[in-house]
Amino acid sequence: MAKVSVTVNGKVRTADVEPRTLLVHFLRENLNLTGTHVGCDTSQCGACTVLIDGRSAKSCTIFAVQADGSAVTTIEGLAKDGQLHPLQEGFWEEHGLQCGYCTPGMIMSAANLLNDTPKPTETQIREGISGNFCRCTGYQHIVNAIQFAAAKR
Amino acid sequence: MIPTHFDYARATSLDDAIARLGASAGGAKLLAGGHSLIPLMKLRLSEPTTLIDIARIPGLSGIMEKDGKIQIGAGTTHHAVATSALLTEKCPALADTAATIGDPQVRNRGTIGGSLAHADPAADYPAILVALDAEIHVKGKGGWRSVKASDFFQGLFTVNLQPDEIIAGVHVKPQKAAAYAKLHQRASHFAIVGVGASLEVSGGKISAARVGLTGASTHALRLANVETALTGQALSDATIDAAAAVAGDGLDDLNADIHASANYRRQMIKVFTKRALDAARARA
Amino acid sequence: MATSPVLPKLVGTRVKRREDPRLIQGKGTYVDDLKIAGMQWVAFKRSDVAHGRIVSIDTKAAEAIEGVEAVFTGKQIAEFVKPMPIGTPFPSPEHRVVAVDVVRFGGEAVAVVVARDRYVARDAVDAITVQYDVLPAVVDPEAALEGKPTVIHEQFKNNVAIGPIPGGTGVAPDGSKVDDSAIEKAFKDAEIVISQRMMNQRLAPSAMEPRGVVAHYEAGKGTMTIWSSTQNPHILRTFIAMMNGMGENEVRAIAPEVGGGFGAKINIYAEEYVVAGLSKKLEMPLKWIEDRSEAFVATIHGRDILGYIDLAARRDGTVLGLKMRLIADIGAYNMLLTAAIPTLTMLMANATYAIPAIRVTLTEVFTNKTPTDAYRGAGRPEATYFVERAMDMLARELKMDPAEVKRKNFIPANAFPFHTQMGAVYDSGDYEKALDRALKNAGWEQLKKDRDKAKAEGRLVGLGLSMYVEVCGIGPSASLPTGGWEHAQVTIERDGRITAMTGASPHGQGNETTFAQMLADQFSVPFEHVTILHGDTGVVKQGIGTFGSRSQAVGGAALHMAAGKVKSKMAKFAAALLEAHEDDLVFEDGRISVKGAPAKGRTFAEVASYAYIPVPLPPGLEPGLSDEAFFEPSNNTYPFGCHIALLEIDRDTGEPTLLRLVAVDDAGNLINPLIVEGQIHGGLAQGIGQAMIEEVVYGEDGQLLTGSFMDYAMPRAIDFPRFELDNTVTPTPVNPLGAKGCGEAGTLGSTPAIVSAAVDALSGFGVKHIDMMLRPEKLWRIINGGQA
Repeated sequence: MAKVSVTVNGKVRTADVEPRTLLVHFLRENLNLTGTHVGCDTSQCGACTVLIDGRSAKSCTIFAVQADGSAVTTIEGLAKDGQLHPLQEGFWEEHGLQCGYCTPGMIMSAANLLNDTPKPTETQIREGISGNFCRCTGYQHIVNAIQFAAAKR
Repeated sequence: MIPTHFDYARATSLDDAIARLGASAGGAKLLAGGHSLIPLMKLRLSEPTTLIDIARIPGLSGIMEKDGKIQIGAGTTHHAVATSALLTEKCPALADTAATIGDPQVRNRGTIGGSLAHADPAADYPAILVALDAEIHVKGKGGWRSVKASDFFQGLFTVNLQPDEIIAGVHVKPQKAAAYAKLHQRASHFAIVGVGASLEVSGGKISAARVGLTGASTHALRLANVETALTGQALSDATIDAAAAVAGDGLDDLNADIHASANYRRQMIKVFTKRALDAARARA
Repeated sequence: MATSPVLPKLVGTRVKRREDPRLIQGKGTYVDDLKIAGMQWVAFKRSDVAHGRIVSIDTKAAEAIEGVEAVFTGKQIAEFVKPMPIGTPFPSPEHRVVAVDVVRFGGEAVAVVVARDRYVARDAVDAITVQYDVLPAVVDPEAALEGKPTVIHEQFKNNVAIGPIPGGTGVAPDGSKVDDSAIEKAFKDAEIVISQRMMNQRLAPSAMEPRGVVAHYEAGKGTMTIWSSTQNPHILRTFIAMMNGMGENEVRAIAPEVGGGFGAKINIYAEEYVVAGLSKKLEMPLKWIEDRSEAFVATIHGRDILGYIDLAARRDGTVLGLKMRLIADIGAYNMLLTAAIPTLTMLMANATYAIPAIRVTLTEVFTNKTPTDAYRGAGRPEATYFVERAMDMLARELKMDPAEVKRKNFIPANAFPFHTQMGAVYDSGDYEKALDRALKNAGWEQLKKDRDKAKAEGRLVGLGLSMYVEVCGIGPSASLPTGGWEHAQVTIERDGRITAMTGASPHGQGNETTFAQMLADQFSVPFEHVTILHGDTGVVKQGIGTFGSRSQAVGGAALHMAAGKVKSKMAKFAAALLEAHEDDLVFEDGRISVKGAPAKGRTFAEVASYAYIPVPLPPGLEPGLSDEAFFEPSNNTYPFGCHIALLEIDRDTGEPTLLRLVAVDDAGNLINPLIVEGQIHGGLAQGIGQAMIEEVVYGEDGQLLTGSFMDYAMPRAIDFPRFELDNTVTPTPVNPLGAKGCGEAGTLGSTPAIVSAAVDALSGFGVKHIDMMLRPEKLWRIINGGQA
């Protein structure tokens, strides 16, 4: 077992885990933060995307021990003081989700995009979420949602 | 998908990592971004007994210019390479290549050293590093050595690296007239064929050319016949067309899979050689 | 009297979804989010050969792993879990939930592990060793039928599961009489015949949430609760009860948040039966969550129908007859609706055209592959594809505009209800209107000029157009083994809030929103006062589920009916309170008042309260305000539309790029156009995915070569242009809402439109048809003088 200490959504979380524990399972099983999802096993679908030290990452392809000492933001940590994040608002306003399974990862990827590129073009948005699969929406309303958030910021 | 058990250690320095590698009797693997290794471990195609995490070794990541060369630490992420102002100014082809790897999340975690050590036959970096005549700096028990990119990739997932050696960094000369062009595999976005090309031009003539190929074979290769066809010739459409036309000739055992037959790959080597050369020329 | 706010009418408007706040904050609860004290984890050992006899299974090493509760082989499972039931009336081979002697597709389960957590379970699965006597794999469905092939199921000679069964002109509904004279005459009279073999390839549905099950058998009560990522919890309940020897009243099935289904989660799968059966046997809560790698083999695949298409016509473009010989590769076993899906291809062979004679024959074949079943569109995209591609080929052969050839053959708007050659009765339609709108929106005439100009410049640009008509609103009961109705219950609570239960089981369709819009309007109460409950057989008394684009057309209609019953009872209470006649009352802005005398009224809540404390109780009334309805549609609905694609192919590489996708869809009346747009977008994405990048590929040994997203291309945002949507409105008469259904439409027209565009782009190379997917190498070969 290995001791890990990760700041998750602003709170320091400490636990003993097997070294092979994937970060996504640490978040979901140890911390009960089940908003982060698993949609594949080859590091492609992006449903498990979180921010690690401010940058998007696929938490299914990171061991919890690697995140020791890092700051992780999950979908649960995005709204502040009961105020939805502009991206969350955008996804709601623009019907950027259907089944909702890819949504947390999609939003975290979009957050990474807007941090890097506050006013992205549509092509930049589509490229910025190219590490996230959505089977429901055809992406158009997701693009609209990110544009909404970009306009609002 | 769940990896098998392993022990985990965080290395504090290159020497610490090298010592740990040596002590593991071959069961250890280095872990940086983990974006080549962890997917394999999850599929249980790789079952290391120990992972030595080198991600936080001080000085292992970062991009700087020193002694006329650009030095890229092995732990530098693809994202950092793709967005480096230094590279964008002085070696844009390398930044462009990094920007085509995987997707944003992969680029945020994956590292140049990890990619090179893993040496996926369809990885992007090898082709451009061969074209840029990059030097790969490795350190082992015996000390430092430097390997030319064209000598580094030796076979399928096989590189010029001893079991107790670590890639510390990649050095490239500033080179503007270079480019990477890639045929994307639509599922994985790895390269079906990727070609890196760099040109040195003086007085309207190509004084030197280097062309690297990835995706088509077991490992990245140098397309020497293309380089020969370019060197000493006028920088012109005709020269590039003639050089691209021989790209891939003489290569045996081209990869074939559901995405592309060997014959198609062979033709795409020509197409993407031309595209890379045209793009390099546009920067000359 | 406080003044009531004027409530906006919500039906037909773009109301934001009420499902979203929980989902955008990571607060939805999917199956894998459930935890029950004492719950153990289930994992499956799966066959790595496509066809083989099991020689031995060694589970000792697995059993020895710390944290492993139990390991079961298929033989041991068979002692307490019966063979898989199916939902179609066709003959079917025995299908064990876990293989007993023979494995028939790669990925079929051979053993089951119960362990402390998913990590230990995976270790245990890997520790099981299985030896197989490998048998030849049957991979090619045509070869499977001929000569003396390897036989997958002894009792099904030459691997024929069904057929050939005939349908169409001159065929009696029960198939007892086949008169070919009309179809033969059509081809005799023909001035031109188009003949083409077309493949509608195999696809992986790939909902982003893999499947998952939690089963909790409580021995003390003798009850089972099963949570599953399913589209139809009521059907699940029926089958779980039946398989476990329990009453339906002893099983509670819950579809929590479901992360997409696309037809693949209609099925009741082996894993559901095994996890439930084991929970009962071991008396402990159990969870199984599918890996994506498992999903590629263990969740049904879609499509995989080969068509030999012959189209007979006159040189003026008039179609005289159509023959389709269909061979469906259904994989190794029949699943719930496997056998029925290709029959929908037969049913829709008439497409949007008044084709006077049609003959379809269908053969279904077993192969050593994952079974097929419903995948978004389920049989109808195949029909659309075959007919539309043939019509396009006809137009090209006649050097006519495909739009005009199609127009010439349309079933006219005044011919509805229209009885097709295939036995369907199209409810309503105006195909020309949809075509004209699409042509206008696309700028068809200009587009053709632009394409010609681009081609003259050496670019490979093509245009494709497809009509479609779909059978939706699936019901009535004659067409579904489970029953084709839907159920709803509406309760006005004591405080005037409304609780409604629906048997529709949404998993992304937004019915919590659309149904609340309907009820808010129907009662003229605030949207926020309406709650929609679904997906739990302990809460929703009866139901069928969500598939076949039926939730609005059938489920919505049931809700409308149930609400109507409650409303009329409420009007009686209001009438008593107001001393007025119930027919003179209006429900408006949260009040019930006398028509023309708004002051003479009570709030909705006051009347509700009175209904529960009815002093005095009006004569002939029971207290309370709650009622239910089962809506059985009189017919299916037949939505339709027109999709246009503009595509460019890279001459050097063969890579196709979709430049424009113009869609005009007619789903009848729309409750929430925003949600409908989302449904169309999603369907388009899957249709485009099929045309351009998706394909399940097997090797000659039956090994799946596209077993992960590394090789099976899931469309990404960068793969699509911005879709251009519009709609026409032709309500259906078969339900009170006039809504037809929109969930699958996008997958129908987009696919042939894109393939036709690709053929158009490459017409200079003499190509007439290109099978999907549009693999760059395939297109490159055509460009370079080879065959498609």
